[in-house]
Amino acid sequence: MSCDDAHMLLDAYVDGELDLLRGVEIEKHMKGCQACAGAVENLRALGTAMRNGGLYYPTPASLGPRLEKVLQRAGRSEAPPPRRFGWQLIAVAASLLLAVYFVARMIPGIPHDASNNLVAQETLDSHLRSLMPGHLTDVQSTDQHTVKPWFNGKLDYSPPVTDFASQGFPLTGGRLDSLSGRAVAVLVYQRRQHLINVYVWPAPGSADASVGESARQGYNMIHWTRGGMNWWIVSDVNSGELNSFANLLRAAPASVPPAP
Amino acid sequence: MLGLVEQERDPVQLQSKLARFELSVVPHMGAAYNLARWLTRNEHDAEDVVQEAYLRAYRFFEGFHGSDGRTWLLAIVRNTCYTWLQQNRKPTLELEEDIPELDSERSNPEALLLRSVDSEMLRQALDDLPVEFREAIVLRELEGLSYKEIGEVAGVPLGTVMSRLARARSRLQKTLKGRARQGGAA
Repeated sequence: MSCDDAHMLLDAYVDGELDLLRGVEIEKHMKGCQACAGAVENLRALGTAMRNGGLYYPTPASLGPRLEKVLQRAGRSEAPPPRRFGWQLIAVAASLLLAVYFVARMIPGIPHDASNNLVAQETLDSHLRSLMPGHLTDVQSTDQHTVKPWFNGKLDYSPPVTDFASQGFPLTGGRLDSLSGRAVAVLVYQRRQHLINVYVWPAPGSADASVGESARQGYNMIHWTRGGMNWWIVSDVNSGELNSFANLLRAAPASVPPAP
Repeated sequence: MLGLVEQERDPVQLQSKLARFELSVVPHMGAAYNLARWLTRNEHDAEDVVQEAYLRAYRFFEGFHGSDGRTWLLAIVRNTCYTWLQQNRKPTLELEEDIPELDSERSNPEALLLRSVDSEMLRQALDDLPVEFREAIVLRELEGLSYKEIGEVAGVPLGTVMSRLARARSRLQKTLKGRARQGGAA
């Protein structure tokens, strides 16, 4: 390595940003080159001086509370009309909300939007995570008789698994994921180049709920509750195709009931 | 009844947004302030810039799906600083692309001299750097960011990060050596 070449790389060398091979070359070069060895020593001294020089500005104590106030205001302005309750009013509102929540849960057909929204966001986050390399499937198989038993012992229920290859939605595998702090079975299907994640988990005591459909950040989501199971499916396939896939899932034999 | 359910939906969603925001972005307030303080070179402006950056970050938080809240936030702080610099001062963007490489300065074995500079001298020398150089040095030496992360924050490719750091250090060394000699002579 020539001195000019080495010179360009000295900073990266000192910063530990060179690959091993080039690092070794630099070291070899420095053995015979006083100038470069001296330059590296200077860079190191400068770095040490800067890191130990008390140059990091401490955050003023007032900044945290100030940001908190501003963020809360920002949060409120996004919310429906800002309301300021006394504590009593808040208590009344909370119990009212609780009552509404339970009534809403008892009436089939009224989706409990508040919790659904949380689930929707969590499901979407999980879907996006799964698209990162190596995160999609724990068990890779197109065979429902391989995928289904794989969940044995990993969950306290057995998710219904059906392959829809002949209808154009082949099963490609499954994995364990967690939503709202519980382990959940995820079945992965494919539609041409698109992936569909299907989340299934038990909904003990919940009445069947009709299909809810939504779109978030460019992804389509469909969910329903049936036979004591919650179903959420997420994908970037168009909503028409995702709907026909949802229909297939719902028409499939509701195989094994959840374990008690 | 349905109306009530509808009305109460948003606060729940917001609560979770604020909670997620507090988890992944708020812990990096120290880094945000330090960067803003170095780029604006003024404590009051730094606080204003951080506040503005946090508001922007909160507004755009739905678009954040990465795992590194620090880099994401620092990029917003950096951009907010630049907007602020443009509006409030003549930008000090004196980025001459071919400053002569100070080879002799770089390689003089004066590490001992560099070790003896006091922090006030360092602070001054850093403050005198063009803002792009200053940000690269601050992110690298004080924040410990990798070249890749610096590139993400500053929105420039790796090669640019590398050359900015090299130029910044070569300038710093020149200034410091000059001042140290002056100090020694006085």
